[in-house]
Amino acid sequence: MEDFQILIGGAAGQGSKSAGRLIARVLNRYGYKIYVYEDYPSLIRGGHNFSLIRVSKDNKRSIKRQVDFLLALNKDTLERHRDKLSGRGCIIYNADEVDEAEGIGAPIETIATEVGKKIMQNTALCAYFCKAVGISEGVMKEVVETLPAPDKNLKVAEKAYQKAEKENDLEDIGDPVPLVTGNEALSLGALEAGLENYFAYPMTPSTSILHFLAGLETECDVQVMQPENEVGVINTALGAAYAGRRSMVGTSGGGFALMAEGVSLAGISETPIVIIESQRAGPASGVPTYNAQSDLNFALNAGHGDFLRFVFTPGDAEEAFYLTNLAMNLSWKYQVPAIVLIDKDISESTFSFDQSVMEKGEYWEESRGECGKHYDRYEDNEFGISPLCYPGKEATVRNNSYEHNEYGTTTEDPDEVVKMQDKRMKKKPLMEEEIERLEMVKVFGEGKKALVTWGSSKMAAKEAGKKAGWKVIQIMSFAPFPEKRFKNALEGVEELVVVEENRLGQAAEIIKRYTEVDRKVLKYDGRPFYEEEILNELN
Amino acid sequence: MSDINMETENTWCPGCGNFAIEAVTKKVIKKIGRNKTAITAGIGCHAKIIDYVNVNSFYGLHGRPVSLAVGIKLANPELSVLAFSGDGDSLNEGISHLIHAAKRNSDITVVIHQNRNFALTVKQFTASSPKGFVSNSSPEGNVEEPLNTLEVANSAGATFISRSFSGDIEHLQETMEKAVEHKGFSLIEVLQSCPAWYDTNSYYRENSYKMEKVPKNPDKKIREWNYDGEGKIPLGVFKKQEKPTYEEKMARKGKKVSVEEVLKSKI
Repeated sequence: MEDFQILIGGAAGQGSKSAGRLIARVLNRYGYKIYVYEDYPSLIRGGHNFSLIRVSKDNKRSIKRQVDFLLALNKDTLERHRDKLSGRGCIIYNADEVDEAEGIGAPIETIATEVGKKIMQNTALCAYFCKAVGISEGVMKEVVETLPAPDKNLKVAEKAYQKAEKENDLEDIGDPVPLVTGNEALSLGALEAGLENYFAYPMTPSTSILHFLAGLETECDVQVMQPENEVGVINTALGAAYAGRRSMVGTSGGGFALMAEGVSLAGISETPIVIIESQRAGPASGVPTYNAQSDLNFALNAGHGDFLRFVFTPGDAEEAFYLTNLAMNLSWKYQVPAIVLIDKDISESTFSFDQSVMEKGEYWEESRGECGKHYDRYEDNEFGISPLCYPGKEATVRNNSYEHNEYGTTTEDPDEVVKMQDKRMKKKPLMEEEIERLEMVKVFGEGKKALVTWGSSKMAAKEAGKKAGWKVIQIMSFAPFPEKRFKNALEGVEELVVVEENRLGQAAEIIKRYTEVDRKVLKYDGRPFYEEEILNELN
Repeated sequence: MSDINMETENTWCPGCGNFAIEAVTKKVIKKIGRNKTAITAGIGCHAKIIDYVNVNSFYGLHGRPVSLAVGIKLANPELSVLAFSGDGDSLNEGISHLIHAAKRNSDITVVIHQNRNFALTVKQFTASSPKGFVSNSSPEGNVEEPLNTLEVANSAGATFISRSFSGDIEHLQETMEKAVEHKGFSLIEVLQSCPAWYDTNSYYRENSYKMEKVPKNPDKKIREWNYDGEGKIPLGVFKKQEKPTYEEKMARKGKKVSVEEVLKSKI
C-alpha cells in the first residue's frame, strides 16, 4: 500500500484521538509517513470527534475525501462517514453498539470490559485495525506498552488482536521518525533559539504549546507562566524580555486582539518578543476548534502607530520549527516584534517530522552593548539598531512606551519625535534585505499556470498542483514581503490562482500589489481543503 | 549619569504628593543600589517619576506596570523591582494584574499613588473616588461606591499591606523601606493630595493616625476607613506574612535534555 487514509471517530471522551495517535505510531514503525488531521467540536463529552490519518510512502500531507479504513467507535461515526469509503475500503465498527453492518464487527466494549476497562475499547479497535492491515502483534505491543495503564491495555490489545482477522500484508519500508504536531515543532524551534520564558493564557488552537512547554519545564530549563489574561501575558513577557530573557507568547486571534497594545509597546520600546498567533475560524468566538486563515490582515496591522514587525506564515511542522526559530533570532537581532502566524491545521495536526530541518535551528547572539556606566538604550546609529543591555549590571537601562530620547527619557520635542521614528525606520531596508536572502518563497513544480498559497493550505495545494501540473508558490513571510523572490517565482506564469482559507481572499489582496490575480479559490467552512477540491477548480 | 537625579523638567503641580514619593524613592533606591533596582510605571501623573529618577526602568502602558514588574522579577530575581502605579492605573485599568500579582506572591513592591482621581486627564472619577465626587465625568457627583484598595489586596492574598501619607515623609520612607525589604508581594498605598483637582491634605492630616504595630486582625483594621468620610484612617503596616515567593516556586530547573532528545522521545 503506497498511500491510504484512515478515519477513526467516536464521541468526545471515547478516545478517538488517542487511538489515532496509537495507529499513527504503529504505522510510523513500519516507516510510513504520517499526517493526522484532528476534527473535534468545542465540548468535553458527546458530540463527534474524528482523526483522519493520511499514510503514505512519500509524505503526503493533505486529506482526501475518500477513506480506506473507517474505524467506528460508535454508530454515529459509521453513519456520518460510511459514504466516504473508497472502493478498496474496509470498515471496522463497534459491534457492541451496532447490530449489523457492512464490514468487520468488533466487540470492542466486551473485550475491553472483560480484560481491561471499558474506556480501553479504543485500544481494542486499534488492535483490530493492526491485525487487518497486517501489522505484527509485536510492533503493536511495543507501542501499547507506552500507554498509561500498560498492563490492562496490553491485555485488551492481545485479546482483540487474537479475535481479529488479517486482511492485508504490510511491508516494512523504513525507520520511524519523530511524530510531532505543529505546536510541538514550533516550541522546539523556539528552544533552539534560546527560549527561556513562555507566557500564555489558554486558547484553542495554541493551548497545546502551553501544555507541551509546561511539560518540558523540568527538562529543558524553560519557565512557563500562565498569567491572568492576554493583556497580562504580553506585558509580563515584555518585562521578562527587557530583563534579558528570550520570551515568547502564544494565543489565537481573540487573545491576540487583547495583546494588540503590547505589540505596539514592543514596537516603540524596541523590546524583542515572539508572538505565536494560531488562527481559528473567527470573527470573535467564531468556530473555535476549526480552521481559518483569516487573521493575516490583523497580524500585519495589529497595534497602533507606525512600527516594524516580522510576520511569518509556516505551512507545516518543519516550517513551524524553522520560522519560529528564525522569528526569535530576528526579533532579538532587530529588536522588533516577530509574529508567527500559524493555523489550527498545522498547530494541532501531527506530522512525520523531517529532522534535516534541525540543521536550520540556530541561536544568534543579539548585538550587545558594552554596558558600561553610560549607556543609551536607544542609541541612534547607522543601522538604527541600538546595542542591547539588560538591567542588573553597571549600565542603566531605560525602556519607554512614550516617545523618548536616546537615553530613554520621555520627549515631546518635535525634532526628537522625528529623529527617533526615523531611527527605528532605519531597520526597514535591513529587514527587507534579510528576508530576501532567506527562502521565504517556495516553488514546487513548474508551468505557466501557478497556484499561490500560504499556511496550511499549502499542503493540499501542493498535492493538487502536482497532479494538475501547476506550479505552486508558497509565501512564508508577509512582513517584510519578499517582493524580489516572489516576482522571480512568477516569471513565465500566465495564469495565477490564489488558494487560501478565508472569505475575503486576504493574501490575494496583498498579492495584487505585485501582480494580477486571475482567480481566488477560497474555503471558509472551517475544514481543510481536500486535494480534490483544489484539483476541481484547476481543471 | 551615574547619579540618581535626572535633569528632566519636573511638571508636577506645586504641592503634589508625588514630590514626597520621588524623594523617598530615591533614598530607598540608593540604599538598595541603583544597579540592583528596576522600576516600572503605568500612565498617569504618578508615572512621570520614571523621568525624574535615574535608574533601570520600563515606562509601560496604562494599567500594566505590575505586569511588567512581575516579568522583570521572574526573569531576574536578583533585582529589587518596584512598580509605581496610580488608582486609575491599577484599580481601574489594570486591577486584574494587581490582584493576580498579590495572589501569586510575586516578590515585587507596588506603590499606589492614591490621589483618588484621574488627574492627568483633567479630573474624572476613579475606583477610589468617594461617592458624590464631582468631576468632569460625574458633574452631578460620582454615583459609585469607592473601592477599598487594601481590602482588594488582602482578599487577593497579599503578604504585605501598608498605607502611608505623602504629607509625612518620615513615615513614608520608613513604610516604603519595610515594603521593599519584605520577601513577597508588598503593597504600599500612599495617600496623597491632588492640589489641582482633589485637595485632601488637611482631611488626611486631621483624620489619620499611625498604628503602633502590625494589628492582629488586619481585616478589621483595613475596613476601619471606608474611603468615603467614615472612620479614622490608620497608617502603617496592616499585614506582614512569610510565604514562599512566586519566583522561588518557579525557579528554573536547569537544562538536562536537548531538543534532539525531546524529538527522539516522539518516535
